[in-house]
Amino acid sequence: MSVATTNYYDRRGILGTLGRDGLLQIILIANTILMLAPIVIMVFSAFKTTPQIFQSPFGIPDFSQVQNFIKIWSETNFLRYLLNSFLVTGASMVLILTLGTMAAYAIGRYAFTGASFILMFFLAGLTLPLKLAIIPLFMLMRDLSILNNQLSLIFVYTAMGLPSTVFIMTGFIRTLPNELEDAARMDGASEARIMWSIMLPLVRPAMVIAGIQNVVPIWNDFFFPLVFIQNDSLKTLPQGLTTFMGEYTTDWGVLFSGLTLSAAPIIIIYIVLSRQFIAGMTSGAIK
Amino acid sequence: MPQFRMTGRGLWITVLIVPPLCFVALFIVYPIISAFAYAFFDWQGLRRLDFVGLENFHTVLFVEPYRSWTLNAFKNNIIVFFALMVLQNGLGFILAYALWRELPGARFHRIAVFLPVVLSTIIVAYLFKLFYHPLFGVVNISLKSIGLGEWAQPWLGQSGTALWSIIAAQAWHMVGFPTLVFLAGMQRIPGEILDAVRMETESEWVKITKIVWPLVAPSATIVFTLLFVGAFNWFELPYIMGGLDGSPFGSTDVLGLYFYRTAFGNVSAGQQDFGLGSALAVLIFIFIAAIAAVITTRLRAREIQL
Repeated sequence: MSVATTNYYDRRGILGTLGRDGLLQIILIANTILMLAPIVIMVFSAFKTTPQIFQSPFGIPDFSQVQNFIKIWSETNFLRYLLNSFLVTGASMVLILTLGTMAAYAIGRYAFTGASFILMFFLAGLTLPLKLAIIPLFMLMRDLSILNNQLSLIFVYTAMGLPSTVFIMTGFIRTLPNELEDAARMDGASEARIMWSIMLPLVRPAMVIAGIQNVVPIWNDFFFPLVFIQNDSLKTLPQGLTTFMGEYTTDWGVLFSGLTLSAAPIIIIYIVLSRQFIAGMTSGAIK
Repeated sequence: MPQFRMTGRGLWITVLIVPPLCFVALFIVYPIISAFAYAFFDWQGLRRLDFVGLENFHTVLFVEPYRSWTLNAFKNNIIVFFALMVLQNGLGFILAYALWRELPGARFHRIAVFLPVVLSTIIVAYLFKLFYHPLFGVVNISLKSIGLGEWAQPWLGQSGTALWSIIAAQAWHMVGFPTLVFLAGMQRIPGEILDAVRMETESEWVKITKIVWPLVAPSATIVFTLLFVGAFNWFELPYIMGGLDGSPFGSTDVLGLYFYRTAFGNVSAGQQDFGLGSALAVLIFIFIAAIAAVITTRLRAREIQL
């Protein structure tokens, strides 16, 4: 390679780097604007009256105008939907983390016949699209007499959450050292006590990952309530939103504030815990 | 004493393992196995009638009008899959590459690109439905304000644009997911390899095609497979934005909607048919499982172990 070409490469290298990084930076900025604009417009519109939205959809509103929110608070079942979502998601998460940790602890900590088969059984549930089994699930819920009952949702979400939780937790529990456990066993501690006081405090990081991976899809789910729940006072937030959006079709101010209120809890938690959210929600896809 | 201890431990393991197993067996494995069985029976409402063999499968695949409905929904799913491969996974790869360079503000951009992913699909669906409104939606208002008023159109109201408009909303919603999976893959590429490349070539194109792309193959396998399964299970966005019938004129109908409509009926068509619905579910299930297995094995083969 001649000196001239080396020089050429050098010059092109510096300019190229600047030009390339500039281009990448422009792509990122444009994309971020595109990602945030719909959310900003939604929040702004929540503080406007319907004529204001039609006249100046991008204008900055007077944030003291909260009549849309008052209307939602006083005229709709919104608060009920929100409480239902908290109840269903909370109960499912408690069950998922408790049962998931139990299974993962047994598989990861003890050598017993059939352990790998049981793990396979859980993992099989990881890839199956359960939506396609909605007809038998509907019949099952009817036979258990929990159609139109939030237990149906809690049970399905728990079963759906267990495979990924067992997968994440088993992998983590296997990596924990044996020494603590052996020492406690020497001292005559029971198996239950070893699990509860010694091992469980150590598995919290894996619980956070498994928890976030499951809490977001459960909180956001629409399909199972659509099939299982008819009673308006039992609806969860995404499902209640469809009722609400159908009632206020022409009052855009109220529609946007309903969407803003529905999105607010998860957006706020995401901004505070973005690192954990990103790690948790992509954990299934990253080896 | 050792004998007693063994049984004690066996009992303890049983206590730990049986309750979670029951949940998975009752609410996942049993329903999926039943879905296969249901497809071979005639149904009247919630009552199971006679065993009819493959008749339900024959009906949804070969008897009109089901045949056209099945083909139309399937065709739309294929469009959705390929469009999202470009808009969601392709764009995700580019964004991941841009984020990987850790330019100023990268942390903020990373949080922003993933923000829509945490939102409920229902919120995204309604938000974009309002944005696409022919008269007052921000899409048409923006086009008019920059002098492209003639491009303004009823995005969700005409067959030519409805499906693509919903696909665009989906891409906005989920592009952050492949972005961050690819980014994690790029961050695992060892620094020595990158240094070696820098000695060899200045061409960004060579670096991306010959080094980065092959080395993020495991991430690609996963996001391609997940997108495939997701595209053929697509339900919420078309349900809210196009309606249960896939309006207008079936242009936004996809297998998820068609299956739901066949199984549970709808206001206009009325009839619910668990037999035909189950046959559709089984066909979709087998299709997804078979193709996902092919995609995974084919893509796994090109993954490089470092």
